[in-house]
Amino acid sequence: MPDVRAIDYAGSERLTMNMGPQHPSAHGVFRAILTLEGETVVGVDAVIGYLHRCHEKLAETLAYVQYPTIASKTDYVAAMSSELAYVMAAEQIAKVEVPKRAQYLRVLVGELQRIASHCLWLGTWCMDMGGALGGGATIFLYCIRERELVLDLFEALVGARLLYGFHQVGGVRYDLPEGWTDLCRRTIDLIDSRVDEYEHMLADNPFFDMRTKGVGVISRELAQDVGISGPLLRGSGVDFDLRRAYPYSSYEDFEFRVPVETAGDCYARYHVRMVEFRQSARIVRQVLDGLPEGPISSRPGVKSLAQVKVPKGEAYARVEGPRGEVGCYLVADGSNKPYRMKWRGASFSNLSVLPHILVGASVADVVAIMGSVDPVFGEVDR
Amino acid sequence: MSGFSSLPPALQATIMSAAVLGALIGILAYVTLLERKFAARLQSRIGPYRVGPHGLLQPIADGVKLLLKEDLIPASADRPVFNLAPIVFLVPCLLIFATIPFAPGIGVADLNAGVLFFLAISSLEIVGLFMAGWGSNNKYALLSAMRAVNQIISYDLPFLFSALVPVMLAGSLRLSEIAAAQAGLWFIAYPVIGQLAFLAFVITAVAAENRAPFDILEAESELVAGFRVEYSGMKFAIIQLAEYAHVLGTSFLGALLFLGAWAGPGPAWLGPVWFLFKALFVFLLLTWVRWSFVRIRVDQILRVSWKLMLPATLLLLFATAAVIVWRTPHA
Repeated sequence: MPDVRAIDYAGSERLTMNMGPQHPSAHGVFRAILTLEGETVVGVDAVIGYLHRCHEKLAETLAYVQYPTIASKTDYVAAMSSELAYVMAAEQIAKVEVPKRAQYLRVLVGELQRIASHCLWLGTWCMDMGGALGGGATIFLYCIRERELVLDLFEALVGARLLYGFHQVGGVRYDLPEGWTDLCRRTIDLIDSRVDEYEHMLADNPFFDMRTKGVGVISRELAQDVGISGPLLRGSGVDFDLRRAYPYSSYEDFEFRVPVETAGDCYARYHVRMVEFRQSARIVRQVLDGLPEGPISSRPGVKSLAQVKVPKGEAYARVEGPRGEVGCYLVADGSNKPYRMKWRGASFSNLSVLPHILVGASVADVVAIMGSVDPVFGEVDR
Repeated sequence: MSGFSSLPPALQATIMSAAVLGALIGILAYVTLLERKFAARLQSRIGPYRVGPHGLLQPIADGVKLLLKEDLIPASADRPVFNLAPIVFLVPCLLIFATIPFAPGIGVADLNAGVLFFLAISSLEIVGLFMAGWGSNNKYALLSAMRAVNQIISYDLPFLFSALVPVMLAGSLRLSEIAAAQAGLWFIAYPVIGQLAFLAFVITAVAAENRAPFDILEAESELVAGFRVEYSGMKFAIIQLAEYAHVLGTSFLGALLFLGAWAGPGPAWLGPVWFLFKALFVFLLLTWVRWSFVRIRVDQILRVSWKLMLPATLLLLFATAAVIVWRTPHA
């Protein structure tokens, strides 16, 4: 793809328009330098890196007991999945057994996190299409209302609402407080009924159809070539979900359906995520029904930084986050800190599909497609 | 009233327009509050609540805030065009109220071609809008201005056609005569044609007012704020005021054409109050649509206009003509 910044458009009908990093639909700090012919995009230069915080270098300086809290900050919309990837990598090297109850609790928070994350995605995506001064804002506020309920659950469990530090090597830090299970059941039932409401608002709405069907089509081949994952991949007809393909944390104990759509457009991705809302709720109910008694960690509570030492070795752990495969590659040298660490951010890989599908779209579609990809820039730039 | 009508006509018109303008600005300020409260309730929020009881002083606070803001002019802007645009935008938006009779005999000018004047002047807003988009020398604003011209040209025709249905039913272009013709039956209650025309009127009005889901020229998710992205302070306030004036003017027109204007129970002096209520009803209808749908794309908007609304309203116009001919007793 040519560098659009280097082309001189003087005298032509083309216009270079900068979108981001400060832009209402930048989803953080994405910058797209668009070349337009009228309203049609003929060239895209995607610029990332505005939120780079040296996460991987930082991980080398922090002990295994410290970093899970920081790992939350890569994908801050779904903090639970990145924490889990990090501790799973350390556990794989150290060959630490995780008690069954802790594994179930990890599944529980992971699925609640998926619901919360999808709430934010639906809200912001509709706001991209509907505008902050229109119907989009209405759906956004509804979704945020439900996301708050899940965050309330997390607050009761962990004490924090966004960045948790819930996981630790060998298990989890907190057990369920009294009465939490009932609260969780009520919340899940409520959210299930509210998801029905969203679908009533959107699915049969001709305007919504016009904006999403046939827009931003990712073919199956393209999806596999650029390495996207998660709902995007499943929206393009590839039936792959880490929770089922390579079960971790006792996912094999639960029944759930992995939605697959073949159209590959924004509507397909929307539909996949709407089914995931319900399937996550289903898994949460199964966890609550079958939660075994026992310890929540195979290691004692954290007292000192030197407490967790991981033997020499390396491992790659991956979990199915709300946005796709969240991977953590860890190299340990036997001390209490990792020697090297590398994140495989789901958003980062998913974002690489944008230059392929934005060309030919109109300016209005650019934001709709961006929103359907659902990038979180903490995870892209790290 | 007799004292007033004995004054010279020029003085009468001056007093009347000053009164209408004053009342209008006051109503407009509170129409914004009404919309914000209405939207808030729609979104399970409370809306403005802190300034005054139930947020009743919010519009005043907003006005004061905008007055105190720094008036920024971008260095690369076309200064005369940029500075003039809000005024050029505001004038037609206020002028449309000139022809509206608020009660029998109360109005600035009851022209014999009132509907025509209203529609012609209301389309003039595009000039100020395009000036704002062009003068800002900003790519978002320019794209927005281009979209605006596209959209307003496309929707003025179906808007005109749907407004012409009551004109044909009343047999007059004079707004007061159209209102009087509805003494027996409001045109919205006219079998089939009335409801269809009102529906077409609401849809095309939403589009002609550039409100969501047809607000592609504002489109803040892609064009940030469209043509007014560079405006701040009082110039921004004037643009906002003009937009709301335009919407309110269209709401008054809708109430007059379809909802029987000042007709209502109670003594005659309640007429203007009824009229205002009906206009606010139309306004809330437009607001309801605005806060319920996602925005559609510019090409889709044009497709809806030329392929659906234009033929449909034209057909409706022919149907109206046929009904009128059929129902008129032949000599």
